[in-house]
Amino acid sequence: MGGGFDFDVIERSWVYLFREGMSFTVTLTLLATMGGIVLGTLLALMRLSSYRTLNLIAGTYVNTMRSLPLVLVIFWFFFLVPYIGGWLVGSNQPMKVGAFASALITFTMFEAAFFCEIMRAGIQSIPKDQMAAGYALGLNYRQTMATIILPQAFRNMLPVLLTQTIILFQDTSLVYVISSTDFLGAAVKVANRDHRLVEMYTFAALIYFIICFTASLYVRRLQARISIIR
Amino acid sequence: MIEFKNVSKWYGAFQVLDDCSTRVSKGEVVVVCGPSGSGKSTLIKCANGLEPFQKGELFFNGISVGDSKTNLPKLRAQIGMVFQHFELFPHLSVIENLTLGQMKVLGRSPDEAEKKALQLLDRVGLSVQAKKFPGQLSGGQQQRVAIARALCMDPMAMLFDEPTSALDPEMVNEVLDVMVALAGDGMTMMVVTHEMGFARKVSDRVIFMDSGKIVEDCNTDEFFGAPRSPRAQEFLSKILSH
Repeated sequence: MGGGFDFDVIERSWVYLFREGMSFTVTLTLLATMGGIVLGTLLALMRLSSYRTLNLIAGTYVNTMRSLPLVLVIFWFFFLVPYIGGWLVGSNQPMKVGAFASALITFTMFEAAFFCEIMRAGIQSIPKDQMAAGYALGLNYRQTMATIILPQAFRNMLPVLLTQTIILFQDTSLVYVISSTDFLGAAVKVANRDHRLVEMYTFAALIYFIICFTASLYVRRLQARISIIR
Repeated sequence: MIEFKNVSKWYGAFQVLDDCSTRVSKGEVVVVCGPSGSGKSTLIKCANGLEPFQKGELFFNGISVGDSKTNLPKLRAQIGMVFQHFELFPHLSVIENLTLGQMKVLGRSPDEAEKKALQLLDRVGLSVQAKKFPGQLSGGQQQRVAIARALCMDPMAMLFDEPTSALDPEMVNEVLDVMVALAGDGMTMMVVTHEMGFARKVSDRVIFMDSGKIVEDCNTDEFFGAPRSPRAQEFLSKILSH
């Protein structure tokens, strides 16, 4: 039936796909987004700082990360993180780092470079005198950033940040190169086991499409709703 | 209270302030006027350290503003500032705009800060707008909120940087009224403005600036009666001719 399209394999495997695969994908996406935004915001503040050294460090970091293919970075960190970890705790043995932890560190650090540029644009979109108004009240740099500039920058950039998160959600499928089982990975496993490649790839594509498309519709609506009236 | 001693400032090779010396005593209202680009705004932004300067000295209440050891945030909390474009915080409600500084800088409790905020909103006639956001208010209302925000910090002096020049004409007076009342209460004020009516009625002294220099610094009556410098005469004849 349906040209030999076997729906049965999906029915048999969807619980596994979502419980094992999708939960990995979603957890990785959410944690890497949160970590990436925090780290990216710090990098953005460094890039906008008047201290040349901070500026240079952040600039180098961001430009390096943005110039490398993600797969390369994933590989590189997977092999490098255990050695750095071992070196950090002063052991001469490489540290045991699980694939998930390695992926999380990689994605956080990679995405931070992109979130940095987004937050930098956000901060620069706030009129200069907002900073002056904070200072004039007696707030210091940290307080002015935390209560006046960053909340506005974050709000202005929320749609872009979420769009980047959607891209990250898709990019997490690259963890297959370090043999982690995300949603796509789980689908591939089932496909190979049951020889149902067409069914499983189609199903995976459909799920990715539904999630990402719905999310981007939501982002578009959000954009209209949250813009701050000036 | 505010004392400028030979203050000079450069943006790169361009000199914005050229050897400016003047003082504002306690309770005095001083208007700074002059053609655009003459350095008026820069001059008052130096007074609370928002603009650094390269030469000379500036004292607020005996504290050197230019000294790198001066605790600028603490100093600024004692000087209120009102900006040309209001600079209310658009993501915070009116009441939050007024309580933020009080809580973060003066360490007041939320209740205390809110009480003070409502009191000052009432003074500028806007207590009904407390829950609104700045974007929902007219320009004149926003500027009055900005004045109330500055007053919440119990400042010893107030700096106004062209407080009415971004307003529609019909809103200028509501803001000027608040400023006149403030001057009447004995507030020390330094006001950059083109409102010559206000200057004549309220100010004690007028400073006239041109290309970074203080060209004229005299009593208000003297300034409007017979300004000595030809540049000030020319300026006055241009803006008072209509």
